[in-house]
Amino acid sequence: MTGQERFDAVIDADEKIEPTDWMPDGYRKTLIRQIAQHAHSEVIGMQPEGNWITRAPSLKRKAILMAKVQDEAGHGLYLYSAAETLGTSRDELVDLLHTGRQKYSSIFNYPTLNWADIGAIGWLVDGAAITNQVALTRTSFGPYSRAMVRICKEESFHQRQGYELLLTLCRGSQEQKDMAQDAVNRWWWPSLMMFGPSDNDSPHTAQSMAWKVKRVTNDDLRQQFVDMTVPQCEFLGLRVPDPDLRWNEERGHYDFGAIDWDEFWNVVKGNGPMNRERMAHKNRAWDEGEWVRAAATAHAAKQAARRLEQKSA
Amino acid sequence: MSYDVPQIPGEEEFEVAASDTRQWPMWEVFVRQRRGLSHVHAGSLHAPDAESAMQNARDVYTRRAEGISIWVVPSSAITATDPDDVDAMFDPFDEQPYRHATYYEIPDEVGKM
Repeated sequence: MTGQERFDAVIDADEKIEPTDWMPDGYRKTLIRQIAQHAHSEVIGMQPEGNWITRAPSLKRKAILMAKVQDEAGHGLYLYSAAETLGTSRDELVDLLHTGRQKYSSIFNYPTLNWADIGAIGWLVDGAAITNQVALTRTSFGPYSRAMVRICKEESFHQRQGYELLLTLCRGSQEQKDMAQDAVNRWWWPSLMMFGPSDNDSPHTAQSMAWKVKRVTNDDLRQQFVDMTVPQCEFLGLRVPDPDLRWNEERGHYDFGAIDWDEFWNVVKGNGPMNRERMAHKNRAWDEGEWVRAAATAHAAKQAARRLEQKSA
Repeated sequence: MSYDVPQIPGEEEFEVAASDTRQWPMWEVFVRQRRGLSHVHAGSLHAPDAESAMQNARDVYTRRAEGISIWVVPSSAITATDPDDVDAMFDPFDEQPYRHATYYEIPDEVGKM
């Protein structure tokens, strides 16, 4: 059996490809790109929420937010580890992000303007992420699939805390409710864009589906998300900012309005409200953290030398 | 969160290589969930030495009471089977069904065995 035949047989049988298996170059390349950009997204995703840690309205909310931001760092690490099994190095991947040669999800190029945004991110952005990631737990590459399983478990906390945060605001004063509505107005459309271009405009979808890297198309995931989210929004007593949204009895799904793809591509290309700031902040944090990495390395070397000394003494 | 970042028309394609030797060594993390169970592989991480690998493993893999004991092992210390030898390595056992309890027919009258 050739490598290609063995690979095809594993994919056909719905089994997982593991790092030491033979795989087509395109498969490896697609995965490195996708997993790395997924990892970058987790890491950059810490910024919009980190923005509110010092201003959380209570100690409880602050502790929750810190735990969530810490989770995002962990998610980045699981994903970088998965990418590294494909023959890349962490430094290489981090460098690709810092030099702008690899991207992260455009959703993080929007600002978090009020406290309710933290709720909207948890509920909508993490909700969209879960929809996508639950499908990805069935991806054909073993390490990616395992990372997704672990992440999905933790992501559920993110979504629920976000919804509960908004629910609390919606049961509060009119001013608090307005704040929640304002956040939903701004995050709704970018959340729908998170699923990526329409299937007709996704030239790589067919290949990714054939390799079972991707298990559900962008449009199907987006529809799933809308169907799940609209009733939740109604329960909050908030309006979905889409005049064309209505239940379609015949399809058994919600119909929704057209997405502004010009905005989407504009943000992907680097012209969103926060692209420059996110990258500048990431690079600054990396540079300013250099002494910590250097100190850890120096400490490890010193400890190793001391152990050697004690052994020979 | 997850995100498939779409390719911009004309986006530069480049090879990603593992050329780097600056980075800290990789460690494999094993976690024992509770007494009576084995340590199970949880994932991996980079760290300059065992002590910081252990601290990082705690923060990364046991934030939700996933464990009561952690092992960290340098990834380079693991010897693994060669994927090309899988057939020669494991196939012989496929032909030895008599090693399994279900191979033997015991009459129902004998009762549970």
